[in-house]
Parts: sequence; structure tokens; C-alpha cells
Amino acid sequence: MNRLSWFNVTSLTLGFAFLYLPMVILVIYSFNESKLVTVWAGFSTKWYGELLQNEAFLDAAWVTIKVAVLSSTFATVLGTMAAYVLVRGGRFLGRTVFSGMIYAPLVMPEVITGLSLLLLFIGIGLDRDVLTIVLAHTTFSMCYVSVVVSSRLMTFDRSLEEAALDLGCSSFDAFRLVTLPIIAPAVISGWLLAFTLSLDDLVIASFTAGPSATTLPIKIFSAVRLGVSPEINALSTIMIGIVTVGVISASLVSKRNSLRQQREEQAAARAA
Amino acid sequence: MTQAVFAPWDDPSQKPIIRFNRVTKRFGEFTAIDDLTLDIFEQEFFALLGPSGCGKTTMMRMLAGFETPTDGTIELAGQDIAPVPPNKRAVNMMFQSYALFPHLSVYENIAFGLRRGDMPKHDIDDRVAEMLKLTRLEKFARRKPHQISGGQRQRVALARSLAKAPKLLLLDEPLGALDAKLRQATQFELMDIQEKTGTTFVIVTHDQEEAMTVASRVAVMDEGRVIQVATPERIYEAPNSVYVADFIGDVNIIEGTAKASGEGRFDVVWDADKEPFTAASELPLSDGQTCHLAIRPEKVTISAERPADAVNAVEGKVLDIAYLGNLSTYHVELPGGQIIKAQTANTRRVSRRGFTWEDPVWISWTATAAVLLEQ
Repeated sequence: MNRLSWFNVTSLTLGFAFLYLPMVILVIYSFNESKLVTVWAGFSTKWYGELLQNEAFLDAAWVTIKVAVLSSTFATVLGTMAAYVLVRGGRFLGRTVFSGMIYAPLVMPEVITGLSLLLLFIGIGLDRDVLTIVLAHTTFSMCYVSVVVSSRLMTFDRSLEEAALDLGCSSFDAFRLVTLPIIAPAVISGWLLAFTLSLDDLVIASFTAGPSATTLPIKIFSAVRLGVSPEINALSTIMIGIVTVGVISASLVSKRNSLRQQREEQAAARAA
Repeated sequence: MTQAVFAPWDDPSQKPIIRFNRVTKRFGEFTAIDDLTLDIFEQEFFALLGPSGCGKTTMMRMLAGFETPTDGTIELAGQDIAPVPPNKRAVNMMFQSYALFPHLSVYENIAFGLRRGDMPKHDIDDRVAEMLKLTRLEKFARRKPHQISGGQRQRVALARSLAKAPKLLLLDEPLGALDAKLRQATQFELMDIQEKTGTTFVIVTHDQEEAMTVASRVAVMDEGRVIQVATPERIYEAPNSVYVADFIGDVNIIEGTAKASGEGRFDVVWDADKEPFTAASELPLSDGQTCHLAIRPEKVTISAERPADAVNAVEGKVLDIAYLGNLSTYHVELPGGQIIKAQTANTRRVSRRGFTWEDPVWISWTATAAVLLEQ
């Protein structure tokens, strides 16, 4: 192990402090006894208990998860299809325009996306509800999925699909039986990206959510306007915990898989 | 003995299994295949040989159905295959990269094509077992492609493409990824399997030794055209052009002008001050026509004195010696500056090598050793 120089230690400390200090403070204050957020009055978990009693927060959490699961699934299906056509479709008329248009929502200000969706829903007389949030989230997250999946498809060995066709597959079967299983990791990370985007979206959700369906970010944002409560700290700490566990376990699994693959390849090479 | 020779291309009553009929393929401005006509017969092991970019891979991809000809027709067993998509053709392909499905086991890779039809489960099992046995992979059936070695992967790819018992098997540089020793062993294995299954094989390669070893006939290609189609022996001993002579093996080319000197014999004037060379040829060359003499190095004899009975002999000096173990190649410079390669077999282990650098030597060859070429 190399010893770190004082310069590296300083850079590391500063960088990570900048990233994580706010969250650490939030986590610490979620265990505060006092109702006043800024005054420390001893350790307690009572706000977590109270949080579980709060119907409004629980409802909002449920809506958020429903919206995130549905919209990321739709976005993954649509985004993967779009990526496949744009990467594999060859040079069809208008291909450049289409691929440009797929990526445009990435740079579009969210306020504009939200406003235009709101106008559309009003125009076609769709009541703002869970469905409208799902549609709105699908719209903006599918282009992220499409970016992730198309970058995987570009490095995909075309001859694998040709081999499938050669062995008697229709194009759809070749996609289903060969391409999809191989690009699955990219599709899954696209889904996860869409899922997290949907979880923390505030702007677009506030345009498309109605009185009957509120997501957690909207709920937190409106609660904070009335003053930060320790309950919200507790809620945020839970969310941080879930995300941390997810990220760590995902990286452990992929690390273990790549190590195993490496070992097996070495074993095969030795056996030859 | 004669009836045992496999040569359907010399038998006018034989119908070819594949017929390229004036096929042209263009990619935009670029012409990959230029008005090409070619017949391939059943049970042949046919090699398409040429440098990269000569159109050999395009021909293979047209047979597999991944490209369609711009002009002309390709027939498989008498049927135009242009409208048949790749998944409906009785043609299978072994890819250069092997294209094994990384998420499936060796067994599932081989069974993949069989599962696409309506073959019953136990028949699939039998067929896969047969293929595993043929390619000696029984022990590896449950492994994934990344868990086996390069040579084993190559055999899985072969087993997978043979599993559906295609009329025609296409092999795209099948041995390119293997090291030299393994490649040689695999060449014989391929021939063995081809013989056992009786499938027609078309192999694409840029390795002339590989083509010569495995093929019943070789087509030498250049810039989208077939230059010569013949058995390996004829390609080597009777090339039809300087391009083919030069592409296959090592050769000395001497340029000169022809002058008829008798029935089927020509004098080749290569240097105004020197005695002309004599070569036997059936070519209808007119006097004074430019021609090329192609002589294989192993047919050139090197000696200290002028051999008494030599038809063609010329003096020079040894410029370079390449000792290859089994052979030695002498580079002999003629007075005009031309370099002629002469090869001798090192049949004795301990003997003094005859010649060394700067030695004056005579090189000679017979009238039939050299091939006279028009172009």
C-alpha cells in the first residue's frame, strides 16, 4: 500500500467533506431529541416513530414508488427500442434528425418539459393523477435509458446477431434470445437510472401531479416551506440508507462476478 | 485409379451446388465484386483466397444472406437464393470471431439452431451429443464460452454451425485466431470432419498455406475478380498469371521477350548480352512479345561449376543465405543486378554448407521447371 502524501490527504478530505458533510449533518440531526432542528438536545429515535404515524408522508412515499417503478419500466422498454433502431437501423431517411431528437430532452429545461406536459394533459382532458406523473416521468427518463443502451449496443459484436439469424432466428427472436440477454446489464442500469430520476424529480412532478396524488419530493418541499421538521430529517436518512445499501450491494455483486469470470478465463487458458 | 479422383469440376454432367452467375456487388461507389462467375460442387472444400479487401468476405456474406448482389444471380442447388432470408437458407456460417453466445453453455450454443425448428427434445439431445463427440467436446458441454480455451471455442463454433446439417458450410477465416501449431492440427481436423459429414465447405482465408492444405480447389481473388480457380497443385505449379504465381508461395519472376524456338518451346531474351532462357509452353506467344518467366526457388539448382547438360544456366554470386532449418535459400545476384532465389533441402545434419557469401556460383533449371506467363 502506498502512503498518501499530505497533499493527497488534504484533497481527499476536502473533496469528501464537500460532498458528504451536509448529509452527515442531516443524519445526525435526525436523531435529535429536540423539535428545534438546530439545537442538539440528546439522542432519540422518536422522529422515526412519528414518521411511521404520518399518513400523508406514507401515502406520498407509496405514490412515489409506484410512479418510479411504472415510469422506469415504460421508459426502459421505449428507450431500448429507440436505441436499437437508431444503432442497428442503418442509414434510413431522417436518422440523424431522429437521434438528435431523442437526446434533446436531456438538455431541455425541466420547467419547459413540465409546462408542455401540463398543457397537453389539460388539452386532452386528462385528470392529473398517478397516471399523468407516470407518463411525464416516462417521457423525460426514456432518453436517458436510450443513451445508456445505445452506447452498449455500439460496442456489441454484430456477428452475434448474424449468427442467430444464420441459425434460423427471426429478427425478433435474435433480439429476444441473443441481444437482450447480453445487453441486459445496460438495460438494467438504464432502468435504475430512470428509477432514481423519477424518485427525486420535483419540477416535472409538481406540474403533472394533482391533489389526489402527491410524490414525496413535492411533499417534502412543501413541508419545508413551513419549516424544517426533524421528521423530514428522519425520512431523508431512511432514503440515504436505502440508496447506500443498494449502491454498495450492486458494486459488490459486480466486483465478485468480474473476479469469478477472470478466474475462470485464466483456468481455461491454463487448461488449454 | 482414375475413377477415385474427386474432380466434379472436370465432369460436364455434374451440376454445381452453388453457381455465381455474373454477380456484381457495389457498396456505393466501391465495387466489391466485379462481374463474377463461379461454380462450386457438392462435397467440395472450396477456398476463397486473396488479400484483405479482395471481396472474398463479401462473397461469403452473400451466400449466407447478409448481403444481396447488386447484379446477377446466386443459385444454391438450382434455386436463386436472392429472395431467401438468412434464417431460411440451408446454409450455415462459422464466424471469424466465432460469435458464440456468451450467456449460453456449450451445449446450448450447439442446440441453438436445432431449437429454432420443430425438432423433438430427445432428437436435439442426440444431435448435440453427436456434434460434441465429433468435435471432442463431450467434457465441456456445461461450460460457458469464457470457461474454455481458444481452440475449444473454435470447435464449439464449428459444432454449432454443423448441427443443422447444412447443405453448405461457410467458414470465415476459421483458424485466424489460433496459434501456428494449433492451426496446423486444426486444419487436418477440419478436413477430417468435412470428409465425415460430406458437407460442402467454403472457406475464406488470406493464408495461402491454409488454403493449399485444406482445399480441393482454390479461387485466387483480387479486387473483386477471380484470377484463377484450380486445384492447389495446379495453382502452385501452373499459375495463370504473375499475380497468382507471386501470391502463392515464393517465386522468381524474370521479364523478357519471347521468341519461338520450336514446337511448344520459346527462347526468352532477358538480357541483350546473355544467352536466352529456354522454356516449354503451350501459350500462343508471338515473337517479340513481352512475357514473364516464373520459377519456384526449389526448382533452381545451385552449383559451383556450370552443369554440363543444363538447358538454362547463368552465373552469379551469393548475396544472402537464409537458413530455415529444413531448407536453405540462397539469394544469388546475376550480373545485371537481378536476384534469383535458389532453395536446397538440408538433408544431412552434419555437413559443410556448400556456399557462403560472395561465392561465385552457377544456377540452373530445366526447360519445364519455369512457367511462361503472358501477364
